[in-house]
Amino acid sequence: MSARQLHTFRGGIRLDPHKRETQDLTSRALPIPEKLILPLQQHVGAAAEPCVKVGQRVLKNDVIAHANNYVGMRLHAPSSGLITAIDEYPVIHPSGLTAACIELTTDGEDLAPELNVADDLNTLASQAVYQRIAEAGIVGLGGAGFPAHVKVLEGTGQTVDTLIINGVECEPYITCDDRLMQEYPAEVLAGAALLARAIDAATCIVAVEDDMPAAMNALQSARPERIELVSIPAIYPTGGEKQLIKVLTGREVPSGLLPIDIGVAVLNVATVVAVHRAVASGQPLIERLVTVSGDVSEPGNAKVLMGTPVNYLLEQFGIDDVSEYRILSGGPMMGTEILNLAAPVTKTVNCILILRRELAEEPASACIRCGDCVPVCPVGLQPQQLYEATRTSDIDLAQDFHLFDCIDCGCCAYVCPSQIPLVHYFRYAKSSIEALDRDRAQADLARTRYEMHQRRISMRLESGPAVGVELADVSGLETNELQGDIRAAVARSNQRRRDDNGI
Amino acid sequence: MMFASLALVLLIIAGIWMLLHHHEPERDSKRRIIARINEILPQTQCQQCGYPGCLPYAQAIVSDGAPIDQCPPGGQVARRALAELLGRSGTSRRRANDFSPMSSQVVVINEPVCIGCTKCIQACPVDAIVGAAKQMHTIISTQCTGCELCIDPCPVDCIDIIDVADDIEHWRWQRPRWAGRERRAGTQP
Repeated sequence: MSARQLHTFRGGIRLDPHKRETQDLTSRALPIPEKLILPLQQHVGAAAEPCVKVGQRVLKNDVIAHANNYVGMRLHAPSSGLITAIDEYPVIHPSGLTAACIELTTDGEDLAPELNVADDLNTLASQAVYQRIAEAGIVGLGGAGFPAHVKVLEGTGQTVDTLIINGVECEPYITCDDRLMQEYPAEVLAGAALLARAIDAATCIVAVEDDMPAAMNALQSARPERIELVSIPAIYPTGGEKQLIKVLTGREVPSGLLPIDIGVAVLNVATVVAVHRAVASGQPLIERLVTVSGDVSEPGNAKVLMGTPVNYLLEQFGIDDVSEYRILSGGPMMGTEILNLAAPVTKTVNCILILRRELAEEPASACIRCGDCVPVCPVGLQPQQLYEATRTSDIDLAQDFHLFDCIDCGCCAYVCPSQIPLVHYFRYAKSSIEALDRDRAQADLARTRYEMHQRRISMRLESGPAVGVELADVSGLETNELQGDIRAAVARSNQRRRDDNGI
Repeated sequence: MMFASLALVLLIIAGIWMLLHHHEPERDSKRRIIARINEILPQTQCQQCGYPGCLPYAQAIVSDGAPIDQCPPGGQVARRALAELLGRSGTSRRRANDFSPMSSQVVVINEPVCIGCTKCIQACPVDAIVGAAKQMHTIISTQCTGCELCIDPCPVDCIDIIDVADDIEHWRWQRPRWAGRERRAGTQP
């Protein structure tokens, strides 16, 4: 372990880690489920475009959907079988809405074509590394699911000096990264070395929380070369990208900028292992480790194929009656409630958390201006001011208080003695402002089209129907009589609406 | 000496600047205000205000003192923004309870019924309908503002207005449901 000088970020809280339940249990392999549901959108950016047809037979690792653009990501078949549908299915999302998915009915044979193994990892050009990452469909496995090759590719142009491998699972219960480091330490280090070379980073750090001693031991005995292993205190949310950078380097990512702007790239350990498998052996991303924990008798981690329905996963852990429980995807602080258990596990799901439903949810009471939320905010915001601004729907004020720097970590709501659902308010405000921006863009488009329409009409009135590009041949219909009919109809329509609105 | 001449030059520049801005033609500032009003209006071009479009309504607000509460699609949000911009009342001091982005509606053509008369194309203020005489017409739904002006001209009643289905991309978080209780407790005078 190196003697790196550690820094602290402001705020944060110490939580009961609940890691002991699962961190010493070897991860299980599960039988292949009968059906796999693969959402076309598993990451930020544009949805993938299916390149298979219903009724088509596919082998394991076959590409089944292509990336649509730069920040797009392709999808692979996690097992062999038959494409049985491309349709709307429930997915893990706070809205409970459905999304377009490919349904794969597996044949249990798990047939796979030969993979494209790299000749020599040490001489592979950076360009070839990115290419292989993109081809394997790897997105950040830590949370937001940003396409990994884009992150790495953007790292090169801007001279990243520090590559941080994030093994800090700061949310309670989640141990899938801990288990990954214990079970595949050599791959973590090989992937880290590979990426550090590809983006030409001088420093490469693997950060592990101090409540994961076994993971740290495993990494140390794999003998890292030119990679620093750093143990950092378990304070929530140290695993947040910007918080981790502050702790390890003392640098702060300015508001509105990205880590890359200050010369740092951060990748999750699971992403790094996936990158290593993709680059070394051509293995696409088709499975991941998922923690199943909470108020259950047999918690643990499992290697889960992408597209495995959550209810199938729960069955494998002997959980059948869930009526008294809340099922979350992710940890207790930032997790999303899974509203329909038929929803599949996707690339960004790290934990299925089963928590007993509390009998009565205590209603929120008034803000008493205690200020407890201020010292815990890891971004240095003023949650109580943001609350006032979002509660009164004051868009400008909320943005003056840097609403969009909020990372949704939930520390403020956790300590609030009035039980105000602060993060919910902030999410509500953020998504409303985004919706307003979309409306504005739509209005700008309509304004332009209206102006062009008016210009065309006046051109036609001035110079007769022969000039200009006509949308349709309406010359025969342009009699005054018909124009009059249309005008009368518009007036009728307006009258009807005015009556409806009671104006 | 140096200082004095510098000060003089600065004074002259400031004087010219003030003169220029003082004598700005009224027409110009009027046009600017109209443009700002037009930016606030939702651009549905639906004519529910009684004017033939959003820009004409904006012009009427400035030139004829038309009331600012005549825009149903803009709703509370537009009315408040207009009141603030123009220093007019016409809105209660209480803020709306919601950020309330517009609800999304578009029209659809029941295509087998369409006879290709082009009347809807001529009524559409934003050219969001494609078609030709005696050919089937269709709506470009991403460009439709939901103004409904095409519905009545249709001689065969084949155009309907529908809500745009909520999808994950456009979904937004709702206001926390504890709001009512908090507000009562929190803002009592």
